[in-house]
Amino acid sequence: MAKAPPARAIAEPPITNRERPAEPKPYEASKDELLAFYKQMLLIRRFEEKAGQLYGLGLIGGFCHLYIGQEAVAVGLQSALDGETDSVITGYRDHGHMLAYGIDPKVIMAELTGRGSGISKGKGGSMHMFSTEHKFYGGHGIVGAQVSLGTGLAFKHKYSNDGGICMAYFGDGAANQGQVYESFNMAELWKLPIIFVIENNQYAMGTSVNRASAEDQLYRRGESFRIPGIQVDGMDVLACRGAAEEAIAWVRAGKGPVILEMKTYRYRGHSMSDPAKYRTRDEVQAVRDKSDPIDHIKKLLDEQGVTEADLKSIEQEIRKTVNEAADFAEQTPEPDVAELYTDVLVESY
Amino acid sequence: MAIEIKMPALSPTMEEGTLAKWLVKEGDSVKSGDIMAEIETDKATMEFEAVDEGTIGKIMVAEGTDNVKVGTVIATLLEEGESADSAPTEARAGEAANAAPKETPSDDKAPPVPEGASPAKAESGTQQLVASAEKFGKTDPAIPEGTEMVKTTVREALRDAMAEEMREDDRVFVMGEEVAQYQGAYKVTQGLLDEFGERRVIDTPITEYGFAGIGAGAAMGGLRPIVEFMTFNFALQAIDHIINSAAKTNYMSGGQMRCPIVFRGPNGAASRVGAQHSHNFAAWYASVPGLIVIAPYDAADAKGLLKAAIRTDDPVVFLENELMYGRSFDVPKLDDHVLPIGKARIVREGKDVTIVSYSIGVGISLEAAEKLAEEGIDAEVIDLRTLRPLDTDTVLKSLAKTNRMIIVEENWATCSIASEIVSVVMEHGFDDLDAPVLRVTNEDVPMPYAANLEKLMLVDVAKVVDAAKKVTYR
Repeated sequence: MAKAPPARAIAEPPITNRERPAEPKPYEASKDELLAFYKQMLLIRRFEEKAGQLYGLGLIGGFCHLYIGQEAVAVGLQSALDGETDSVITGYRDHGHMLAYGIDPKVIMAELTGRGSGISKGKGGSMHMFSTEHKFYGGHGIVGAQVSLGTGLAFKHKYSNDGGICMAYFGDGAANQGQVYESFNMAELWKLPIIFVIENNQYAMGTSVNRASAEDQLYRRGESFRIPGIQVDGMDVLACRGAAEEAIAWVRAGKGPVILEMKTYRYRGHSMSDPAKYRTRDEVQAVRDKSDPIDHIKKLLDEQGVTEADLKSIEQEIRKTVNEAADFAEQTPEPDVAELYTDVLVESY
Repeated sequence: MAIEIKMPALSPTMEEGTLAKWLVKEGDSVKSGDIMAEIETDKATMEFEAVDEGTIGKIMVAEGTDNVKVGTVIATLLEEGESADSAPTEARAGEAANAAPKETPSDDKAPPVPEGASPAKAESGTQQLVASAEKFGKTDPAIPEGTEMVKTTVREALRDAMAEEMREDDRVFVMGEEVAQYQGAYKVTQGLLDEFGERRVIDTPITEYGFAGIGAGAAMGGLRPIVEFMTFNFALQAIDHIINSAAKTNYMSGGQMRCPIVFRGPNGAASRVGAQHSHNFAAWYASVPGLIVIAPYDAADAKGLLKAAIRTDDPVVFLENELMYGRSFDVPKLDDHVLPIGKARIVREGKDVTIVSYSIGVGISLEAAEKLAEEGIDAEVIDLRTLRPLDTDTVLKSLAKTNRMIIVEENWATCSIASEIVSVVMEHGFDDLDAPVLRVTNEDVPMPYAANLEKLMLVDVAKVVDAAKKVTYR
């Protein structure tokens, strides 16, 4: 019998000399910035709770994917972008990303209730909302599609040399889609300015990451394309923002794409119709108790001397905004029936 | 006995070529694998290798000769002990070819034999599709009289359309497999890289889903991509982005977000390429609101409609046909030849029966119309040109005139464009009908490889003539 070659005799040592982004540091936020983060996250939380309620009342139909638990991700990351030049794209769990951009909660809620004054005139629904004004490109319902589309947006930034970058969000489920890797390949090959954000909320609908992913450390998923990845505590808005700063610096410097794996958790089911029997109530409760992103920022605010009373008044203000959005969404009329036939094509032939 | 070296067929559709250069001279000895000559086809310059060993006897076709038909003896190869004077043998039926081009399957290169013998080169069924292509180049009535016409291949017309639009608008770029350095798998993008550079003519990896999505995303971001699929068969991998991303976004966003993109490439049957490479997807895309679907027949339409496709703000599926790429037609010499989307064209006027078709089917229909004319049946032929939106007005007006209709489509009949036209006629033209509308299409089977079966599978002139006679009760 031939002697077995020594293990790893031919294998090259792991590449360690490749340049990588620096290990991100938590963002050092001013008191005002912290307050702004808090307000945005709380707005998302309360908005989503209200959306859940309206769904229960039958005012919102179809699929409705709530962002509760993941607020720190959209708020932390998007706060680092340049709203004038940078673009954002995500999947169907998109309410939070829109709110994090300061888009009027009324037109978002009205879209959820399918009204003519919704941001997509009521024709898109929960999963299909866009704001080209804010360079927010949706709102896409096919798992993983936004990754290729986002790579296309990044292509546009580079082609037009407009200085912008794209932030493309997708979940741990989408991270297994083939087109994600096709996009990784081209993005690195062409050094496109894109941050691939994997919002790893642990469950792709009812399938946990390690039941679906051979490599469950998703930040490593770009390694074979030479795309560096960073794992981030997605429940800590400052960690999110800090990671965004590092990633943006890398991408804007023309070094190509980067992956941010945001470890987060959704408290609600995959969509409103998901009873979430695939995990225990204790598991969810433990996350809520120990890692809630809003509780976390509250502590930071407390350290900065923000009083309970201040927080309460913010809470009231946000509840008011959300209630107004809900009232508007209930009262504003459904789309004009003539709208059925508009916007199919842009031009007339 | 001297071996004849014959002009090889270097692609399934090649019928003639230019003997660009001899790399050997009389008296040179060659062995198999040596490159003997360079041959230009309409797509590329190819190297021509020796298969047998011997000495080059006589070079019979000088270098620089154009239009050398496939199968023409271009040189002789002497075996050991032979002299150049030995008379070349007569070609034997079924004789294996004596030289093989690189990367061409051996049974493709077998040359046709003299008349009377059984063919060594199997005749593809697709020849019946293209036979009539150039015979009937009828000028578009919309083109001003006196306009200078230039003979142009469909391939060149498509390239010219892209080049002209790229010159006018920096947002327009081309991406796809082999579109840049290779100059296009079917040479449709020939020369674009040289003129526009790698920023705007972009080779992609073989990842249709990914680059279709990148194209759609770039369009959403404000660019005007032309995404080439090497063939539309491969676009199945990308159909999600064509339909879910490109076609629906404008509507889903309430008109906020557009996707001005052109997905283009060859569609439908090619020659002897089997089931997975011979599919017409016209009806698939034409069923989707939000898309424009164009399938031109001749070069002038190919150019004018591709320019319109690039300019429109809507996503366009632009279906070309590989068998038509090398065909020449008159193209008007105009600074800006743009045609309207959504308008059919009457390519032959007639009063007895209307033949509706599109793409390669138009040539068959025109040839059938000539045959029918010999029998006293005066057929009107309509080229739909755009399949969505469908120009039902032109179809119905013609029906009102002829009261009989057949639809010719190089496609399966079930759920086809032909079926759609039948429905339109039932709903809006029933009172004008003097006979049932018939569909003349391919057989309802996957495309076979064998030449005889392929021939049987595809629509042809005889089937069109039969159907026209049926509806005219002759």
